[in-house]
Amino acid sequence: MILEPINVANTTGKKKPISWSKLCAYAILSLGGIIMVIPFLWTVAASFKTYSDLFYNPYRLIPTEWTWTNYVDVFRQVPFHLYFLNTIKITAASTLGVLVTSALAAYAFARLEFPGRDFLFMGYLATMMIPRQITLVPTFVLMRWLGLLDTHASLILPGLFSAYGTFLLRQFFLTIPTELEEAATIDGCGYIRRFSTIILPLSKPALATLGIFIMMQVWNDFLYPMVFIQSDELRTLTLGLSIFRGDVDIQWNLLMAATTLSIVPMVIAFLSAQRFFVEGIALTGLKG
Amino acid sequence: MTEPGSNVKVAVTIANKRIARYPFVSTLSGGERVSRRKINRKETIAGYLFLAPNMVGFLVFMVFPLVGSLLLSFSHWNLIQSPTFAGLDNYRQLFENPLFWQSLKNTAYFAFVGVPLQIILGLFLAVLLYSNIKGLEFFRTVYFLPVVSSTVAVSLMWQWLFDSHTGLLNHVLGWFGINPVPWLVSPKWAMPSVILVALWKGIGYNMVIFLAALKGVPEHLYESARIDGANRWQQFWNITFPMISPSTFFVTITSIINSFQVFDVTTVLTGGGPANATHTIVMMIYQYAFDFFRMGYASSIAYVLFGIVLIFTLLQLYFSKKWVHY
Repeated sequence: MILEPINVANTTGKKKPISWSKLCAYAILSLGGIIMVIPFLWTVAASFKTYSDLFYNPYRLIPTEWTWTNYVDVFRQVPFHLYFLNTIKITAASTLGVLVTSALAAYAFARLEFPGRDFLFMGYLATMMIPRQITLVPTFVLMRWLGLLDTHASLILPGLFSAYGTFLLRQFFLTIPTELEEAATIDGCGYIRRFSTIILPLSKPALATLGIFIMMQVWNDFLYPMVFIQSDELRTLTLGLSIFRGDVDIQWNLLMAATTLSIVPMVIAFLSAQRFFVEGIALTGLKG
Repeated sequence: MTEPGSNVKVAVTIANKRIARYPFVSTLSGGERVSRRKINRKETIAGYLFLAPNMVGFLVFMVFPLVGSLLLSFSHWNLIQSPTFAGLDNYRQLFENPLFWQSLKNTAYFAFVGVPLQIILGLFLAVLLYSNIKGLEFFRTVYFLPVVSSTVAVSLMWQWLFDSHTGLLNHVLGWFGINPVPWLVSPKWAMPSVILVALWKGIGYNMVIFLAALKGVPEHLYESARIDGANRWQQFWNITFPMISPSTFFVTITSIINSFQVFDVTTVLTGGGPANATHTIVMMIYQYAFDFFRMGYASSIAYVLFGIVLIFTLLQLYFSKKWVHY
């Protein structure tokens, strides 16, 4: 849209429909795009190369002979399928948990009046910026005291609550007209029915956005699994991958196969629900 | 029954104050703040019940650890013996520890060099994309791929590209006659390498935020500027930049706060080395808590980090109140 005056100038002055500045924009964006894609391409390429092929032709994109054995070997050397299942389990539980607790609390903050509501909400706002790294040590002590170290519960439980999620959903619920609920109240609907039959169905986009945002965070989390999980069979993908790196004495072909495996689910999720990923990010960036 | 009424008044004043402070809230909470319903017992109980699951999490995993961390930072505790009161000893030791200053310096280097690059390049790409480019969605997808990938995976990919012998990066630089760069093995180059990876991973994120901000600039401003004969450069500096400055400021501050928590990329890519050149504050928390089992000491580091985060959060609040472009 900023380019419009130049286009006007072009049509009156020159005959070329595409301006130089636009060509430059395409060139720069394409160059940047290539830089974004190359590490992925080379990673996937390396994952299909044999060890000697990778050693003698490290810069070739296309393998001289394609091989699946790296992928087989990854599963043979470490329980990678368990890493997958563990990550799926923890991600699903945390995401669902955050959605439920945040939506319930957001409804209370947005629609119900009770003493201390604004005070509590300010408390939530105040802690929104506090990083989890600061609460890590006491959380570890608490989990140790509860006997939950080296269990998936130690990763899921702290993730069940999100001040940010509550804030985001509250803001969304406030945009839903109250008249809808007033009509339902006259029909004798209680709070739970109004919440579940009016507010929730209307909030699907907001719930999806928050859900995807939380899912991405939990799936890619590294610090908490590293602190709380010891047993090999309980590891998540990120943790398993980082430890596998040390175990295989950097056989890049194997490591790149494992890396590819760990990225693929998130990339597929992103490509199929792109809108929600992008909206989630845009919202987190514009809060405040 | 004077109390409930006055409570409502107080609530309304608080709400109004809050609205003044958070204009974003005011646009959304229109009808709610003027409601003067009496406090209703049933509604109160319902409110607390709806809040309860989240509140338990908030108390157990936010309020308790915040207080616990503060108390721990004033004590010595190795998890085996019972904790002993240490006063300011942890903080004194911390400030005398050269590794702390080194980590703080590294983390600040990462934040204050990395974040401006992220912001400038992210904004630049967003402006390019926003100027009637065909294939916006395609480019957005491509630039966003690293954002959805885990930092661990991304760091491993780059570790291979950085490799001194078989790495693609030095090979490509060789085409232009540039001598091999000792990316991850020299203390001088290690942090720039880390920043490069973080930049590559984060640029799509910033680009998307700026795209959203650019969409919020009203088109008629550009139209009138064009009538006045402003060129694109002038339009950017006089319209786009001031209009998106609140987002820019917000993104800058949150990026700096996030950068001070850097852990994944340095742990996987360099392990904090070489010669502690990429050791960071959070790596130090991890090291002292879970390698040396000095819970008090680790908590004092966490509280220093908390202080830094707090300063930037307050800056954010202070300036967002002053900004008029909202």
